[in-house]
Amino acid sequence: MAGVRLMVGTVKGAFILTSDGKRADWQVEGPIFGGWEMYHLKASPADPNRVYASQSTSWFGQLVQRSDDGGKTWQPVGNQFQYEGVPGTHKWYDGSPHPWEFARVWHFEPSAGDPDVVYAGVEDAGLFYSADGGLNWQELPGLRGQESGGSWQPGAGGMCLHTIVLHPTIPERMFAAISAAGVFRTDDGAKTWRPVNKGLRSEQIPDPTAEVGHCVHRVALHPSRPDVLFMQKHWDVMRSDDGGDSWQEVSGNLPTDFGFTIDVHAHEPETIYVVPIKSDSEHYPPEGRLRVYRSRTGGNDWEPLTSGLPQSNCYVNVLREAMSVDSLEPCGVYFGTTGGQVYASADAGDTWNPILRDLPRVLSVEAQTLP
Amino acid sequence: MIRVVLPAHLRTLANVSGEVELDLSCPATMADLLDALEDRYPQLRGTIRDHVTRKRRAFVRFFACEEDLSFEAEDSELPDPVLRGVEPFCIVGAMAGG
Repeated sequence: MAGVRLMVGTVKGAFILTSDGKRADWQVEGPIFGGWEMYHLKASPADPNRVYASQSTSWFGQLVQRSDDGGKTWQPVGNQFQYEGVPGTHKWYDGSPHPWEFARVWHFEPSAGDPDVVYAGVEDAGLFYSADGGLNWQELPGLRGQESGGSWQPGAGGMCLHTIVLHPTIPERMFAAISAAGVFRTDDGAKTWRPVNKGLRSEQIPDPTAEVGHCVHRVALHPSRPDVLFMQKHWDVMRSDDGGDSWQEVSGNLPTDFGFTIDVHAHEPETIYVVPIKSDSEHYPPEGRLRVYRSRTGGNDWEPLTSGLPQSNCYVNVLREAMSVDSLEPCGVYFGTTGGQVYASADAGDTWNPILRDLPRVLSVEAQTLP
Repeated sequence: MIRVVLPAHLRTLANVSGEVELDLSCPATMADLLDALEDRYPQLRGTIRDHVTRKRRAFVRFFACEEDLSFEAEDSELPDPVLRGVEPFCIVGAMAGG
């Protein structure tokens, strides 16, 4: 029977939650790597038992863990992320030059066809690649070497490459998103990149419509319509219908267009989900009511989804990696909060139930649909 | 035989439960000790010192014989009680909250 494996990364370890297709009862394993920051865990689409996990602390740096049995056992693989050539500088918060320094892996994106091929998005923003199951990592320097690279500045969370989207039908095309630089696209297999931020407007930078400098929080697409991209920006929910060449705002009737995460329904490419968050700096749900908003029209028209979610005195955040969908029928939607709750909906968001309430701060949630 | 005490997280990573014993010829330096440790447990590479610069990570400290050796040069000779196995060389995660 089909099932779901949820891989939850927290600031103090990882948790693996499994359920059958009903998604009513969950088995919880963890903490795995207790005490370590687990920024992201993600399974290979080509081998459901192959999982990559980013493990780090300020004390002992970055480790990469790999599982070949769906998370039952793990082995540390390569952890050397060395920028190509002389790294040079980017801009620091105050605008001064700052040396490029590796801090951590924010995101793993395994390839669709080969479980040994995996991309890593890191802080300070760079794109790395392994073709041997994570044993060795090489930078794909064309992105950081893009002519704007020296002008990139960190967002509040650091200068992270947090989103990697592989085009499902054009192998040479991929997208990378960086806080606070924007979205970049390659059409030649990561050799060269160009910014694709036309239409974004950010009042927090000197030129609000600049080509580069936008604090993009998350980008998602549906594989059946890979030229349609959805974005949650620092402010504004955006949509592109031309592979990022241009963007239009689709915030519509959201109570606030600030947020971190965004995802797309597994079977309905025009159904998208966001979690509006109050800002600047508060970073909790408006009115203390935790609401997922769903649009069935690809944006602009949004409905609040509240059944099962706390509607008073709720002041948690939902971070950019902390929402995911499964591909069962009906589509399951999952998210984790900075208060340690993991919520699940087995009916595309109509109703929600907490799977867990008391984890450490949740950094990431990945849903893996099991055969 | 040189005795090395690892912090708990690195013991888990190295899959050891107690002290680590390293056979080094005398005289031996801190760099010799760390090289031998990383040769025996390659998964520790990058966790105690940087892969490339080989500098100690900022939140890792080296203690032995009730002294803080963290700021000694890497090619400093290990204290005699450490070389004789009387005292352990302690690799410690710096005290910091979180």
